[in-house]
Amino acid sequence: MAQVGNGTARPVLEVEGITKTFPGVVANDNVSLTLNQGEIHCLLGENGAGKSTLMNMVFGLYRPDSGTIRVRGEEVHFEDSGEAIARGIGMVHQHFQLIPVFSVAENIILGNEITKGAFLDLDTARRQVDALADRYGLAVDPDAIVGDLSVGEQQRVELVKALFRDADILILDEPTAVLTPGEVDDFFEVVESLTGQDKSIIFITHKLREVLAVADRITVLRAGQVVGTTTAETATQQSLANLMVGRDVVFRVEKAEPDPGKSVIRVEDLRVTDDRGVETVSGFDVEVRAGEIFGIAGVEGNGQRELVETICGMRPAIGGRVEMLGQDTTGWSPRKIHELGVAHVPENRSKHGVVAQYSIADNLVLNRYNHRKFSQRGVRNTAAINAEAKELVERFDVRTPGVEAAIHTLSGGNQQKVIVARELTGDLRALVVAQPTRGLDVGSIEFIHRKIIELRDQGVAVLLVSAELDEILSLSDRIGVLYRGRLAGTVEATEATREELGLLMATGAQS
Amino acid sequence: MTTVENAAGIAGTSSQARLDRQSVTGLVFGFLGVALIVGVAPAISSSSRRFNFEPPPDPAGIGFDPPTWVTAIGVLFLLTAALGFAPPAARVWASPARLLSALAVIPLVLVLSLALSDNPSTNIVNLFNESLVLATPLALGSMTGLWCERSGIINIGIEGTMLAGAGIGYMTYATIGDAQSTGWLWFSILISVLAGGLVAALLAVLSIRFGVNQIVGGVVINLFALGLTGFLRSEVIVKSGITTGVGTSEFGLPLLSKIPVIGDQVFRGQPIYWLMYVVVIGTWVVMYRTPWGLRVRSCGENPHAAETLGVNVVRIRYQSVILGGLIAGLAGAWFSMESQARFEDNMTNAAGFIALAALIFGKWTPWGAFGGALLFGFSRALGTRLQFLGVEVSGFEIPSEFLQALPFVVTLVVVAGAVGRSIPPAAAGQPFQRSK
Repeated sequence: MAQVGNGTARPVLEVEGITKTFPGVVANDNVSLTLNQGEIHCLLGENGAGKSTLMNMVFGLYRPDSGTIRVRGEEVHFEDSGEAIARGIGMVHQHFQLIPVFSVAENIILGNEITKGAFLDLDTARRQVDALADRYGLAVDPDAIVGDLSVGEQQRVELVKALFRDADILILDEPTAVLTPGEVDDFFEVVESLTGQDKSIIFITHKLREVLAVADRITVLRAGQVVGTTTAETATQQSLANLMVGRDVVFRVEKAEPDPGKSVIRVEDLRVTDDRGVETVSGFDVEVRAGEIFGIAGVEGNGQRELVETICGMRPAIGGRVEMLGQDTTGWSPRKIHELGVAHVPENRSKHGVVAQYSIADNLVLNRYNHRKFSQRGVRNTAAINAEAKELVERFDVRTPGVEAAIHTLSGGNQQKVIVARELTGDLRALVVAQPTRGLDVGSIEFIHRKIIELRDQGVAVLLVSAELDEILSLSDRIGVLYRGRLAGTVEATEATREELGLLMATGAQS
Repeated sequence: MTTVENAAGIAGTSSQARLDRQSVTGLVFGFLGVALIVGVAPAISSSSRRFNFEPPPDPAGIGFDPPTWVTAIGVLFLLTAALGFAPPAARVWASPARLLSALAVIPLVLVLSLALSDNPSTNIVNLFNESLVLATPLALGSMTGLWCERSGIINIGIEGTMLAGAGIGYMTYATIGDAQSTGWLWFSILISVLAGGLVAALLAVLSIRFGVNQIVGGVVINLFALGLTGFLRSEVIVKSGITTGVGTSEFGLPLLSKIPVIGDQVFRGQPIYWLMYVVVIGTWVVMYRTPWGLRVRSCGENPHAAETLGVNVVRIRYQSVILGGLIAGLAGAWFSMESQARFEDNMTNAAGFIALAALIFGKWTPWGAFGGALLFGFSRALGTRLQFLGVEVSGFEIPSEFLQALPFVVTLVVVAGAVGRSIPPAAAGQPFQRSK
């Protein structure tokens, strides 16, 4: 492995020859990595490449099978994260590790409590949090309840939490996944200012644009192995993507001009409340025509989930109406809507997409198990189900040992392919897809995108909801931005720019 | 612009959601108010009744006219109902009014039962003291539940843990103690406490180490304790010949018990009763004011987050569950060595489950759970009192079983409207596996 030489650099963290296996998987295979003082080192790789596993070992959550970790030249063997924290390592996890019902101050001191005698000293904690917030430009209110904060604010709490523990090696796991483009820029400023104050940062991501924007050095992992280390100056998006995937990647989705037909999905003045009874969709209108892809962009939590669930019949509307193929389907059951020819790829894969304990074959016929073909007089026809499953597994390139394995044994990407295979089979008129490629690797993303375009070319109306702006931009024919439960603006995909959409997503106002 | 509109929109919907519950509670109170003023007040005789503050002869107290009081409480209910539908500005008073009305159910039941009884007076100071005493095992049991659930372990084995404490403690007292000396009594109470800890440790091992479903684990504990103590009673306690002993003795708190009229009734009590206050206050202080308490709460909410901060979730859960067990053991000792000085099969009689109800009622907070325990203690005391009073409606004496159940039913239904939804710790019941 070629290291980019830097004579004056002082390594603060050296990972050497780390191997970690989980039952049946080699997550890290002889991985080495060096982090220098004051640098931003990007760890790039597809999902499942072993980035998070590696960092969880550095942070003491996992223990390596072999290999050594040195912090400031000293070899360490962490038994738990407490020991890693004591060595000045801090980690901001992809899924925030916060206690929603605690205040910001309580979250920050948990595990390293400030005490006066035997008792908690929350006053001192508050002052220290304020001081840290000032010093690093991370505005947080120590008394706010974390569950009430936005994701951006929660992320600042996570950063302050690490800084409170005097971390000078910060591991940031996919920190930008939950942020708007504007917030991402702010976040990068914070990161740069941290390195200015002698913090060293490992930045885990699979977004190439970000890597090139912030990294000093870049290490690329593929299937648990380091496939290259380079610098931001010498790398390009194409070279990084090829390294990551191991073959040439086509970035642009090839698609023909849209040929929209008559209106298929029409939503008028829709109003929906979320589980807490708060109105999150408030007066939403949209019309999707046959043969076009309408992309809905927006920061998560602006009503996307409730909107999709209501259109698909999973959640009642408190006002307005949904029309499909000219029929008022408001309040219809999910099955009735499905029978109209409306497919739904849900946002929450494990909760609404699959039944984890069922076999792949059973999951593939979840929406058709009662059809003549698969059951006669209340008895399932296992042979027909398995035959269908084998064909779909083949056609949708699901990597599995067999169709009778429980679906939870598959990787996220393959589970998603099963869902897509199930939903995209049959006589479709409309398709509602939410976050179709979340957490998937580049290869699976390409595949699913191609399938969506194929359907659109066959005249299916597609409503695409995604938090990934790149996905919206490359697939959609028209783009709407969802902001606080309403459509803040609609633009033609050919005229849309990242900047304009970013502004709409952040403020709901067009420039 | 959008922000303002949206804020207004959200405020609008949430008050709409509140209105649902408000209107239901409002309707209930409205109906009760009308019934009291139009139906009940004219029907009961306008004779003079008395609440006494001390036992006879010649007790201090206040006299009252039942129809007047019933009408007054009826008016309070109507006001509460009206506030539920009032314009938003006045609605800030709706929630305190609901609480006040819910609390007014207690005097209402007292006034009504006294009016319908042949006895013209009853000692209410003594009634409240009885409530506190009967709340002892419930409050202790709910603290057990609090420690377990706040750390993430659902414990429905409180009942069995108490029973084991009661049985094993009394067995110690009957066999190795001489059933008279205070020293042995205290030793036996200590054994009760430790037995509770041991039984809880069993639940902890089942649910934390072996990942057994926590509900199943709790049921196992309850069945196990029932069988074990039944066996110990018939094979050891009965054979020892000491089926009754001498329980803990009352003492008065210095100074406070010298207060005229109420001092001797309220500030005299037995030791486990007083310990109950120490446990409740101690639980509150430790859980909310110490680092360990903060960690316990974090394990019940998001154990994985706690783990990333170096908190040893498994250890904290063991500690909390065993601490809870020690408290339940003390509650067991209350049954067999304080309330009564003997052991009977299944003598805890569902106190462990009522303690869980008190915990939920109190929204998983120490003082809330204590309040719930008090409410159920009061219901028990009142149920017994009503039997003695002999309540009659148009010449027909109401069966005592019904009278004993009535206070529970009434308080629960009405207070449910005032307390509202209760949200458990997020990770309660979820097994935790340490990262490898």
